[in-house]
Amino acid sequence: MAHHVLDLPVSEAQVRALRIGDTATLEGTLFGIRDATLIAMFDGGRTTRFDLKGHAVVHTAPNVRKIEPQPGNACPYEPLCIGTTTSMRMERFTRPLMSRDGVRLVIGKGGMGPATLDAFRDLGGAYLAVVGGAAALETTWIEAIEDVDMDDLHPESLWKFRIKGFGPLLVTMDSHGGSLHADVNAAALARRDAILAKLGA
Amino acid sequence: MRLDSNEVEELAKALYVRALKLLPPDVKRGFERLTRAETDATARTILGTMVENIAVAERTNNLLCQDTGIPIYNVTIGRNVAFDGVAMTQAIRRGCERATREHPLRSSVVHPITRRNEQTSCGIRIPIINVDFDDRDETVAIEMIPKGSGSENGSFLQMLIPADGAKAIKRFVIDRVIECGGRVCPPTIVGVGIGGTSDLCMHLAKIAATRPLGTTCSDPEGARIEAELSEAVNELGIGPQGLGGRATAFRVHVEVAATHITMNPVAVNIQCHSARRAAALITPGGVAFV
Repeated sequence: MAHHVLDLPVSEAQVRALRIGDTATLEGTLFGIRDATLIAMFDGGRTTRFDLKGHAVVHTAPNVRKIEPQPGNACPYEPLCIGTTTSMRMERFTRPLMSRDGVRLVIGKGGMGPATLDAFRDLGGAYLAVVGGAAALETTWIEAIEDVDMDDLHPESLWKFRIKGFGPLLVTMDSHGGSLHADVNAAALARRDAILAKLGA
Repeated sequence: MRLDSNEVEELAKALYVRALKLLPPDVKRGFERLTRAETDATARTILGTMVENIAVAERTNNLLCQDTGIPIYNVTIGRNVAFDGVAMTQAIRRGCERATREHPLRSSVVHPITRRNEQTSCGIRIPIINVDFDDRDETVAIEMIPKGSGSENGSFLQMLIPADGAKAIKRFVIDRVIECGGRVCPPTIVGVGIGGTSDLCMHLAKIAATRPLGTTCSDPEGARIEAELSEAVNELGIGPQGLGGRATAFRVHVEVAATHITMNPVAVNIQCHSARRAAALITPGGVAFV
């Protein structure tokens, strides 16, 4: 159960060193992405001007306030509340996001399925779980919104956040076939019949 | 008492923001109860993070969760209240839109087919405005619920048949809780509707999911199932965020309605741990948050 501090972007070797049960804190840059962004990219064929190679994406759409561009920060938004959405809806996009755009880490909540686990094994990726619904806390890990792309999809734009001490996050899916989500689900299914019997059901 | 539309508009705006920032006391107590009973180390850490988040939101005057939800307003009108219903619903809609623009809040509402976001938290038939009546004199109660989507996507309806019995209702609830796992942001309030028509059954599940913790189903048979299922779901080992532990749900809540001789409907609607709601009373003395 190691703790990893990951300065983004990361290498394949760094990601393959992550094992389920480890914790990680992210530093540097984090990209925000979700349903409409991914649908536009992979069903609509849109591309981003951002270089996502070796980077981490968090499943989010933030609450922001529009501001005048500041010196040293051309982005017209400041963060108000940024938190993480349920990842499973984005299951079919993990592989293309990794193979086309080079993403290495997915940050989300609730876990993802077998297609994502296969992509992590084949291409070298991992899933780091945030505590969902703890957005006020998560917002304190974000220093600024550095840039935004595809903002016609607002708030489901592709966001570039500058982060500091983003975590600790729990590694719940790794590149070695490990998934805490699948383990917990299997354990619950194993208990099901005894629980139903007790309920007389 | 005459209901003032301007007052309703201001209140609809204030309640949306208040609901997003302050977790009700019964839910905070629910966290304390779950933490005391939790033995799994990861689960305790996760519950601790959730409790810390509540404090951070209060300290920084921030939203508890980024999901501003689907806005729901439950209006209960007492006796001897004069009101213009059209003006009232328009005022609520304006208040909801103003909260979104003026705070500002993320608009989480889109057209269901074009997926266009008007950036107002409003759209066709949204906000949802439920109007009901009770016997309190010269009193209007407005409750605002920002219903988060992670848990709203954990919604299910099954038109069971009488031969399936209450057994199948219990099995349905257990299986849906397993199916949802961590996706609905546990620990949850599992809302269960039993009986009615298909639409009423689903609405009962929503009433159950958004009922304050510590309340019990008014029907004794419903209350019995509520108690049995509340114990059972926390034996599944799903735990906070679906990462293992006892604290899968604060509680299972059941609401019932009479149904047809040929029918046995059951519905599930889940409320995530950020079980947000805010309410206020309008009386001749003024407005009071409750």
